[in-house]
Amino acid sequence: MDYFLTDAQKTIRDIARKIAIEKVVPSRAELDEKEEFPHEIMKALAQADLFGLYIPEKYGGFGGGSIDLALAVEELSSACLGVSTTFAANALAAYPVLLFGSEEQKKSFLPDIASGKKLAAFGLTEAGAGSDAAAIQTTAKKEGDEYILNGTKQWITNGGEAEIYTIIAMTDKSKGTRGASAFIVEKGTPGFSFGKKEKKMGIRASATRELVFENCPVPKENLLSKEGMGFIVAMRTLDISRVGIGAQGVGLAHGALDEAVKYARERHQFGKPIISFQAIQHMLADMAILTESARALVYSTARVIDSGSKEYSKESAMVKVFASDVAMKVATDAVQIFGGYGYMREYPVEKMMRDAKILQIYEGTNQIQRNIIGQALIKEAASKK
Amino acid sequence: MNIIVCIKQVPDTSEVRINPETNTLIREGVPSIVNPFDMYAIEEGLRIKEMIGGKVTAISMGPPQALEALKEAFSLGVDEVILISDRAFAGSDTLATSYTLSKAIEKIGLFDIILCGKQAIDGDTAQVGPELAEHLGIPFVTSVKKIDEIREGYLRVHRMMEDGYDVIETRPPALLTVVKEINEPRPPSLKRKIQAKNLQVPVWRKEDLDVDEKRLGLKGSPTQVLRIFPPEIKGERKILEGNLEEQIYKLVSELKGLGIL
Ligand SMILES: Cc1cc2nc3c(=O)[nH]c(=O)nc-3n(C[C@H](O)[C@H](O)[C@H](O)COP(=O)(O)OP(=O)(O)OC[C@H]3O[C@@H](n4cnc5c(N)ncnc54)[C@H](O)[C@@H]3O)c2cc1C
Repeated sequence: MDYFLTDAQKTIRDIARKIAIEKVVPSRAELDEKEEFPHEIMKALAQADLFGLYIPEKYGGFGGGSIDLALAVEELSSACLGVSTTFAANALAAYPVLLFGSEEQKKSFLPDIASGKKLAAFGLTEAGAGSDAAAIQTTAKKEGDEYILNGTKQWITNGGEAEIYTIIAMTDKSKGTRGASAFIVEKGTPGFSFGKKEKKMGIRASATRELVFENCPVPKENLLSKEGMGFIVAMRTLDISRVGIGAQGVGLAHGALDEAVKYARERHQFGKPIISFQAIQHMLADMAILTESARALVYSTARVIDSGSKEYSKESAMVKVFASDVAMKVATDAVQIFGGYGYMREYPVEKMMRDAKILQIYEGTNQIQRNIIGQALIKEAASKK
Repeated sequence: MNIIVCIKQVPDTSEVRINPETNTLIREGVPSIVNPFDMYAIEEGLRIKEMIGGKVTAISMGPPQALEALKEAFSLGVDEVILISDRAFAGSDTLATSYTLSKAIEKIGLFDIILCGKQAIDGDTAQVGPELAEHLGIPFVTSVKKIDEIREGYLRVHRMMEDGYDVIETRPPALLTVVKEINEPRPPSLKRKIQAKNLQVPVWRKEDLDVDEKRLGLKGSPTQVLRIFPPEIKGERKILEGNLEEQIYKLVSELKGLGIL
């Protein structure tokens, strides 16, 4: 289907596809098996200028937006979700700076993220604060020209590998959600260390670690926006980044569908290729319908965001839910079409099914997304009266 | 260091078919690519530049559409590209090609290293690199799989051999032809690829070069192709697998079976 992409957008897609085919596909099984961080692939993505797609040119980026990032994320995800998560987590960490940072902060942090010289990570979740992000316990206490951070962030993508971290911590617990603030913390700051790398079901090429802050002094210049803005920073960031999760879902579904079609043409049973059975064709057809619908929703929502609209929280929640559910279903059906071979690690769909699951969980579970959509519906209906 | 990379646009042989009557390539409708070995030469040029500084220039001799190959080189990061193109160059064999390239390089002037792919996948002669070095009167090493050390006035490389490698020392300016073991080419840069679309590629014609016309194109090409044919496979071959002991065991029983032992 033609989505009226510009020449530049087609170029982005082609380059990301080239990297996916030439660098990611040949190494994905090994990265997964060894739970190895994809350093070489990140280097290639940096050489290809893909880290700065959504960052303005004056900060060393390409000057595009959500749609440009989505195109790259989709292509990488069709090859390996662990790689695309590692890549996309940089945007999740950079958006707080892009949306709320001062000119000084943008100038000092965005160029290195845009060039891929430094990786970035976003730290909100804690052991006792997942869906209920307002329950975070990490504190930031102002002392002179510094904030002193104490607490532990859990399951942070790119933890340990990243140089730049955007962290949400409580500056005033008595104020509840209005007592949270967002900070930029650099690796190497005294009192900032990392927990062990988590062992995961899928996206095993990505690194997930604890961030530990013990009397960690952060210069006051690294406070994003104002004290008390932490949750707004986090929520506005997640509103945008959810489209990226949608793009991951579309990519993964597309990758699984391609594998299933290819296999169904090659595999013979009862003297015929299994794709000649209508039951298989219908499964493939449903997988294709879902994948294309998810893609249409991702691109249109990305374009709404890029047009400068301020209201897209409900739509981006829809993208996240729909595309991640599509990815899970399409990957599961791809395994079904492969039969027993699909259950074996020799074929890529086994990994795709394991990987897909995370999309329904991270950056706000699909239940939480449905809450957001439900609340938006109530609000819209109420405002009509 | 001033680095010159010589590249050629070739048909993508993974898409090419062979005319069974003439045994020649059917080129119509086949997409063109940068000769894969030249991609390694470009990458090595960029790595040398990143390591010790300098400038990378890519040159290609070919028809006007070869500028696409140069644009690709540009999007990978080379600083300058030059197309060497003229009707008078058409029909060049390796001798005429290397002569013309040598004249273009003389015009560029200063250089320390010239990098070429080991061979082009359409002709497979592997002659242009060494001939070019001869025309320029500089040392050359073929099938380089590693640049071990490179600095002002000194160069040490590994030349791939069938059973290992040679370590060769020489002195720039020198020409190297490279094999695929030398590196892994980078992807193109998005920004440069977009710039490349409107890039004005300088084209050097016959008049721009200090050339002897008799040595150009078809006239300057002594090569005559009598016949092209796939090599005949003679006799039966068998490859024994396993560790040394197993292989010896298999060999002895094979020879016994044939009544030789
Ligand atoms: C691999 C991985 C990478 C991650 N990367 C990051 C990262 O980079 N940065 C970061 O900050 N976080 C990260 N996270 C954390 C992630 O965002 C959280 O896991 C997620 O938000 C869910 O929180 P939880 O796991 O605590 O689940 P819980 O909140 O404990 O939820 C458990 C279950 O209860 C349901 N539930 C909870 N509350 C409600 C409700 N009100 N209504 C209905 N259902 C509800 C949930 O949907 C879920 O099914 C990552 C997690 C993983 C697994």
